[in-house]
Amino acid sequence: MDQARIRNFSIIAHIDHGKSTLADRILELTETVTGRQMREQVLDTMELERERGITIKAQAVRVDWKGHELNLIDTPGHVDFTYEVSRSLQACEGALLVVDAAQGVEAQTVANAYLAIENDLDIVPVVNKIDLPQADPDGAAAEIAELIGEDPARVLRISAKTGEGVEAVLDAVVARIPAPAGDPDAPARALVFDSSYDQYRGVVAFVRMVDGSFSGREPLRAMAAGTRFEAEEVGFFSPTMRAADSLGAGEVGYVVTGLKDVSRLRVGDTLTSERQPAADPLPGYKDVKPMVFSGLFPTDSDDYPNLRDALERLKLNDAALFYEPENSQALGFGFRCGFLGLLHMEIVRERLEREFDLDLIVTAPTVAYRVVTYTGEEVEVHNPAEMPREIERVDEPYIKASIIVPKDYVGPVMELNTERRGRFDHMEYLSEERVHLLYELPLAEIVLDYYDQLKSRTRGYASFDYDVTGFREGDLTRVDVLIAGEPVDALSLIVHRDGAYARGRALVERLREEIPRQFFDVPVQAAIGSRVIARETIKAKRKDVLAKCYGGDITRKRKLLERQKAGKRRMKQVGSVEVPQEAFLAVLNLDGGKR
Amino acid sequence: MNASASGGVRHLYVHLPFCASRCGYCDFVTVVGRRGQHRAYVDALLAELAAERELLAPQLESVFLGGGTPTFTEPAELERLLRALPPAVEITVEANPETVTSRVAELLHDCGVNRVSLGAQSFRGRLLEVLERHARPDDVRRAVYTLRDASIDNISLDLIYGIPGQSTADLEADLSDALALEPEHLSCYELEAKPGTRFTHTHGAELTRQAEAMESYFERVVARVTAAGYRWYETANFCRQPHLADGRDLRSRHNLAYWRGRDYLGLGIGAVSTIDGRRWRTTPRLGAYLAALAAGRRPFRELEELPEAVRRSERVLLGLRLDEPLELAGLESAVDWGAVSRLERLGLVRRGAGSSLGSDQGALTLTARGRFVGGGVTAELLA
Repeated sequence: MDQARIRNFSIIAHIDHGKSTLADRILELTETVTGRQMREQVLDTMELERERGITIKAQAVRVDWKGHELNLIDTPGHVDFTYEVSRSLQACEGALLVVDAAQGVEAQTVANAYLAIENDLDIVPVVNKIDLPQADPDGAAAEIAELIGEDPARVLRISAKTGEGVEAVLDAVVARIPAPAGDPDAPARALVFDSSYDQYRGVVAFVRMVDGSFSGREPLRAMAAGTRFEAEEVGFFSPTMRAADSLGAGEVGYVVTGLKDVSRLRVGDTLTSERQPAADPLPGYKDVKPMVFSGLFPTDSDDYPNLRDALERLKLNDAALFYEPENSQALGFGFRCGFLGLLHMEIVRERLEREFDLDLIVTAPTVAYRVVTYTGEEVEVHNPAEMPREIERVDEPYIKASIIVPKDYVGPVMELNTERRGRFDHMEYLSEERVHLLYELPLAEIVLDYYDQLKSRTRGYASFDYDVTGFREGDLTRVDVLIAGEPVDALSLIVHRDGAYARGRALVERLREEIPRQFFDVPVQAAIGSRVIARETIKAKRKDVLAKCYGGDITRKRKLLERQKAGKRRMKQVGSVEVPQEAFLAVLNLDGGKR
Repeated sequence: MNASASGGVRHLYVHLPFCASRCGYCDFVTVVGRRGQHRAYVDALLAELAAERELLAPQLESVFLGGGTPTFTEPAELERLLRALPPAVEITVEANPETVTSRVAELLHDCGVNRVSLGAQSFRGRLLEVLERHARPDDVRRAVYTLRDASIDNISLDLIYGIPGQSTADLEADLSDALALEPEHLSCYELEAKPGTRFTHTHGAELTRQAEAMESYFERVVARVTAAGYRWYETANFCRQPHLADGRDLRSRHNLAYWRGRDYLGLGIGAVSTIDGRRWRTTPRLGAYLAALAAGRRPFRELEELPEAVRRSERVLLGLRLDEPLELAGLESAVDWGAVSRLERLGLVRRGAGSSLGSDQGALTLTARGRFVGGGVTAELLA
């Protein structure tokens, strides 16, 4: 296909603003999918994606429209996948920026719009859901025009649900988004913007040919990773995989690599031909590193091998997922897992529980700390229990947080950010009613319950997005918890020194409530090093009997004891103390208890 | 040890559901008033007894008439029932103090009843009102004297502790008043406020508030009653030591049978029987029960099969309520031996040699401290 007749574009939108519905209408309208095949929201294939209304894995579909080849590249819709989004955007020349006519611009809209602008994309603004009774298309159009510096009159108004205005969207893609401008005769360079793993065919790379072309079977090389392989097939999605003779400059499609390991072909890498290799890779490759860590332990220790197998399987399709065995003296054998962010963690956990039917204890999430010890050794710490005691300095990751709220809630949001060691950066009015706030915050301060707090203090109106900006030194200390004198590794925390006492206090109070009384007194202590900073005592049970037990009661009493017994089984034995699983989650919402 | 189905059951329970009124905390199968139905009910009981007679041994060890308020039953009907029951070594009837007149006491004695279990509950008028009991403190004393006058020489008093508004001083006074009557036997129960009952609705908040203060009540009861010369032979039951009772063993034979896992037959509405690994509960509905037996049919029963493993667990959970060692021979699989060692180290259980020959595992007893938390200890011990 002549590059002049190719258009590559993405749809970017806040969650639930209608990206998937618009994609469905486009597939229908271009007869890529017939009515019979039409399944609601074809692009989101994973069960979890459909349920949560978010897209985890980007896909790319080729559609024909009035003699043009349009490639719709679906982007992940969430903050944790910013890097993946940016690669998807880099594969395009333009983007549809979709905003809900009733909701207006949200934090993710802003983040994604900026990302698109950074990638030099031409933006076609679209206000969706104009059929809703509470829709305010003019208000939404004004906000979106303001955001990207566009004339409000050029903002398209559609209803992806009814199909109204969708043809105009496709016409605008052709008219307003430029054609690709690679060199068809140069040595081949293709950007890998996503990949998936097929049990039989190995890693399938989703690529955008920038220069040159690939023919069906030829030796290829991933330039950053240095991985070499023989391409088994090239093709495109329409919407399912269709083999093609070649992929030419400007086109979007897939390469079947036969590789058995996703980590050998990372998103952002450049594929080139082994026969006539390009001199330089495409710009922008980054090795994404997990930022949020937590321990995953099977509730039933017999499930350990199953958890390991499940993580292996997930990892096949999720190069960003990191895991290594962890042995907790409190929780037994499990894995320390690294995630791009909180949503990524949630998704992995849910998939493990749902698709693999595992019952898990997840320890409080923590971030990656960079520690310099007195001996000058540098280590990255992913687990509070492994934080060295003798430290010269600790650096912690910081984020730039972008928060959009109605103006009445600016106060509570500022208050929350101050409590969380935030530094105010910038504030602007998006409209008379809505304010965009920028803050710098330590990532550690948002991994626990920041989002819940933000939602509750703004009655659900705040939208939030963040980007990790780098590492900074922090006055941090490790707080350990001792139950009956035994340190419980799974409950250790790393906190700012100023907050250590309050956190320690709140934690032991919560544990006293969560841990049932035992046959003996159980002290619960929080300590920094050998210095105890807070203590509570769980008093021994003085009585625990079933008062009456005669002929008519025996069955009921037996069942009561069986239930009591079953309750004990769900507990973890820490030394001589039975600790319920909920106690390990106590750290998660300490702030809830504090207020 | 268990009697077989072929005519060997030696313990009989008979349920008499009628009461003058219903107490707020009560969750037994009771029927208020219905004087007109007492006759029909006794007819039905006797029909049921005739139908089940073959299960019973010729000579019973115990008969227990529980309720309800058995002594509220029309005296003529109560007498007709008592005279028709098979003879037994121990025959107990439950009574409420206000129903014990000399006529009733004499009737009981004449009909062979040799043990009366009196629902005293408390000697504080205020607390009796909270419990919605009709008796006054003096009624309890009068009832004891009346029974003694009728030559009933084995009297048990029921006490309840942990009543809303009951102070430590109230509890001590109740114990003093009860002990002053020198009963042969005492049953002391902590008040159970079942969720969803009218009683809990009214007093739940107060009970929660008092929970911490009342934690020591069980210990106080045991300390006080044992110091007065009683044997703490079961979690909630005490009897006068033999040397203070002319050498008599005053433990309730009937209840011991439950705790030792013996078979028993229950007659009447809501009554439970356990015989040869099967347990059944007769319908609690009076109308259905009367109609079935009047028509010569067996009343509806809810049946529960007790597999071997369940029977062993029950032997452990019941046996550990007693102060006598539980022989573990044959029960090995019901016990978590790791838990036994753990609890032994905590001083909650004690292992000793079994008395029977060839018993490798010996016997298990809860220590005094273990008995106060016997529920939790048992839950941990069971495999």
